[in-house]
Formats: sequence, structure tokens, C-alpha cells
Amino acid sequence: MVLIRRFELKLLELFDLGLLTGTTHTYIGQEAVGVGIISALEDKDIIFSNHRCHGHFLAYCNETDGLMAEIMGKKDGIVGGRGGSQHIQYKNFYSNGIQGGIVPTATGMALAEKIKRTNAVTLVFLGDGTLGEGVVYESFNLASLWKLPIVFIVEDNRYAQTTPTEAAIAGEMVNRPKAFGIRTWETDSFDVTEINEFTSEIVSFVRNETRPAAFICHTYRFGPHSKGDDFRDKEEIDRWKQQDPISLFEKNNNLALESIKQISKDIDIQIERAVSFGKSSPFPSDLI
Amino acid sequence: MNSITYLQSLNSKLHQLLNSRDDIIILGEDIQDPYGGAFKVTKGLSQKHPQKIFSTPISEGAIIGVANGLALRGFHPIVEIMFGDFLTLTADQIINHLCKYKWMYNNRVDPSVVIRTPMGGRRGYGPTHSQTLEKIFLGVPFLDIVAPSNFHDPGQLIENCIDNGGPFLFIENKSLYPNPIYIEPSDYIRNFKVEISGEKKFPIIHLSNNDFEEVDFLIFCYGGIVPIVENASDGLLRDEEITSELFIPSLINHFNDWRISEKLLRCKNILIVEESSTPFGWGAEIVSWLIENHKISRNKTINRIGSLHCPIPSSKNLENIVLPSADFIIQTIKDLV
Repeated sequence: MVLIRRFELKLLELFDLGLLTGTTHTYIGQEAVGVGIISALEDKDIIFSNHRCHGHFLAYCNETDGLMAEIMGKKDGIVGGRGGSQHIQYKNFYSNGIQGGIVPTATGMALAEKIKRTNAVTLVFLGDGTLGEGVVYESFNLASLWKLPIVFIVEDNRYAQTTPTEAAIAGEMVNRPKAFGIRTWETDSFDVTEINEFTSEIVSFVRNETRPAAFICHTYRFGPHSKGDDFRDKEEIDRWKQQDPISLFEKNNNLALESIKQISKDIDIQIERAVSFGKSSPFPSDLI
Repeated sequence: MNSITYLQSLNSKLHQLLNSRDDIIILGEDIQDPYGGAFKVTKGLSQKHPQKIFSTPISEGAIIGVANGLALRGFHPIVEIMFGDFLTLTADQIINHLCKYKWMYNNRVDPSVVIRTPMGGRRGYGPTHSQTLEKIFLGVPFLDIVAPSNFHDPGQLIENCIDNGGPFLFIENKSLYPNPIYIEPSDYIRNFKVEISGEKKFPIIHLSNNDFEEVDFLIFCYGGIVPIVENASDGLLRDEEITSELFIPSLINHFNDWRISEKLLRCKNILIVEESSTPFGWGAEIVSWLIENHKISRNKTINRIGSLHCPIPSSKNLENIVLPSADFIIQTIKDLV
């Protein structure tokens, strides 16, 4: 969580210095969800992530050099600088920037693993805003109909860019997967340990029963959707910041100030190394 | 001349592929037996391979997405979209997902999906079941579009798409299903001398009714319009002594293998016939290609024939007005010479 937080703070700093172009969607505030969930998976499991993928990716593999170089658009990025912030692929991790469009692909991956009898679980990340896309429900239907080993994670961070969920979602979120006969869990926890325990329960249900599940995680992003598009009240943001998942973890685990400082120091060294790696990597020139 | 039809070629090839390979999965709406698909291309497959044939809900977008997921994890899915008109519902999955992944992920993945779909009119199905919509996909990067004519072997072309790898849109003009196809090598088919060029996987068929000597007209055409152009060409030779050579590609959105001989370039008239409407379409692209690559001189006529630029009517007589007919092609050519 600390790695994700500090990595993304560094990204914002690099934007201000003009070292990054394009846009970025930070995960700051939501770290407990990605870390809690992904740490409950096995190596063979598959993750399909979305536009807000840095947190998921770092929780998956800790490849800060490759990710930093990728976001900088460099040759040594995970996908050679072609994908940038939103479009990456590494081992069993995939991401794409189209809302909801990744959901049927992840469903197809779950079908592939079921046919191959690998017992792997596929996990796909949706946001609250993604629930507006029709292809999501086509996928819910197929996953339930064909009993596919997939978990649909809905990260409800309360806003789709600037639109609050109340203005975009009719009825209860949990009823959407449930309507397709998909067993659905829900949490509003910012406690990474608790989310991890929930996920272990969900993933073993999916693995053992070969059935889909959904997990609605109500959370909050402390930063803007991307850049320059935040119209929320500062008071509101400050209220949510009291539930900061990192502070909560420190408190719950009685971590000594010294050990927190040491962790942060080590992480900062790793991030600085990633920045140097990215800077020294050449820009790509090969289009084929 | 052998007597297998376009439909039989497709159906028997799918049987053969499922018998010989473990990585083929077929998905689509109503494709299982006893129905066997709206045009019977998948007839009998689910009886023999129930685990490999997935009849799906009416969810075209998800079907392509699922096929993409299967392909990313090692399978070779073949998808049937019941009517080509429904491709609009798959556009995001094709453009922003299927055709992006290989390049966007720096060639770390290579999803291979063949999307088969029947296109075209002449069945009286009306505005939403008769269109020739490959037109809107022709310019999508990394999407190869194959549209076999009755002078190609459609079954073999499907297998070639799979062997080639990558995403393919495979257009079957529904008027061709009952037609006999000409798949055995032959120097002459009816009134035409035959030559084949291009890459072996996706051959270009050349038909000449003047033994590949100089002709009055060079005609580009593909897919379901080919038998109509063939009839027009016969009629023009018989009644007007106007000769023509037909250029019939199977891979319709790449020019890599297209070659026009010097002799043919001396031909005074060039015509492009397509079943889509002409504005901003296949014919327009060919004209640009001819001008950019062959320095077509000003003393040539270059014309396009296609459907009228409006929806396809249900009423038979109106449909006949909108879609290009052999008589219309003959009249256009007579007016040009």
C-alpha cells in the first residue's frame, strides 16, 4: 500500500516537472482494495484491470522499473511504451482503458481456464461508473449461465469521473450481479486485512464450486479521477481521509514509528531507482 | 466441374477442423443442432462436438469479448454473428480490444479470432438484415477482412485465416451459400480463362473472356457481387462484343499482393463493382490505390457501381432498384463506351 501511494505521489510530481505526458488515474485512497484482493490470489490466477491499474499492477508484481518506464513512454516499459498508463500486460496481468469492454474478455479467459481444467480463477476490476455499460450485463449472464470461475470486483469510489453514484446508479449495486444468480459480497472496509479475508473466502468459493462471484467494495479515491477534474468539497475529501487505509493498517498492527519510517525509506529508494531507470531508457522508435 | 456448394465447403471444413484440432471453439447464436445456425453453416457440429460448440444468448458484444479471452489464453475461436448487420454491436470489442491487444502489448500476446458473418441483400430481409457493412470495418488497423467469392474455396480460406493467426472478419455473402464453387484447378471456367495470383493463402482470382489479351474493361469486384458481374460480363461479350477482365481478391483490405500487368494498365476503362453504397467505400480506396501506385492516365474512364446510398428496402422491387444488378452494370458499361 505504501509502495502504491508513494509511487503515485511520485507520478504526480513528475507530471508537475513535465516528465510525464498524457494522463494518469491515481489509486490513492483505494489501496486496501487492490492489495487486499490481489494478495489472496495464486500465481496461476488471472487479473484483468482497467484504466486505474497502477495499484492493481504493483500489488500484483512489484515491477516498479517496468511500470515507471512504461508510464514515461520508454522502450524498457512493460509493453515498450506503447500502452502507457492504462494498457499493460505482464504475466497473467492485463489492462485496458475501455470501461466495461474488458469484462467479456475476462469472462472468455475464465471459460478458457475452465475448459483447460487449470482451476485458475479470473478476476476483473470494474468501477461504479462501469455499471452503466451494457456489455457488463451480457458478461454477468454468460458467466452465471456457463458457471465460470470469475470474480467481478466493483470498486465503488463514489464517483464516475465527476458524476456521483447517486446520479448514475438506480437501485442497489449488489442487486445487479445478484439478478443473474451470481453470489455477491459487499464491504465498505478500508482495512486491508479484512478485505483480504473476504477475498480468500470468495476465491475459494469460485475455485471449489466453479461458479462466478461478485464483490462490491465501497471505497473512496482521495485524488481526482485523472487530472484537473475534481469538483468535490474539500471537507468531504478530508472526512474520507480519516479512513486512510495506510494509517488504519499501522494502527491495527501497532507498527512502531521506526519500522514505518524504514519501510517508507526502502520504498523511496526503490521508486527513485525506477525513476532513474525510466529516465535512462530510450524512447521507442519501432512501430512494428 | 465439382458440385459442392459454398455452404457445404464451409460446413465440411468446420467439421474437419473440429475433428483434427483441439483448440477450435465455435460460438454464436442458435448454432447448435437441430437448428444448426440461421444459414446452416454449423449444422451437425454440436452433435459430434458438444463441448466445443457454444450457443450463446443474444449478446454480440460479449461473444466477441469471450472469443478474445479464449484466444488470449490459447484457443482459436471461430465466432458466428448471425447477420452481418449485427456487427455494429461488436464494434467496440473488435476495434478497442481484439485488434489492439497484440500491438498495444508490444507483441506479447497474439489473439487469433475468426469472426464469420453473412452479409448482403437479395433475400427481401429489409433494412437491418441485408446490409454490406464490412465497409465500416475496412480501415480498422490489424483487422484483416476476407470475403470469398464463388471462385474461392470458403472453407479452405477459413482454415488459412486460422493458420495465419490474428483477428479476421470473414464475410460470407448470403446469396452465395447455394452457389456451386470452383475449387479444382482449371484453366477455363465457363466463358472465362482463369489465372490466380497473390499469396497462396488468400488468392486473387483473375477471369478474362479474351484469353488475357487486352480487354475493354478491367473490373474489380469481390464476394457476393461476383456472379452478377460475371453475368454482366457474359452479356456484354455476347451482345456488344465488349470484353472484360475481372479482378477478384479474397483478402479485400490489403493491397500488398495486388499486381496489375502492363497490358491490363493499357485498358481504357476501369470499373469497380461492390454491393455497399459507393460513397467513402471500397471502390474509392481502389481508385486512390490505382492513382497513387499506377499513375493512371487521364484518358481512362474510372467508375464505381454500388448500391444506392440508402437503407435496403424489404419490398423486392425496391430492393432490386437499390442493389446493383447485371442489367444495371451492362447499361452503365454501354453508356461508357
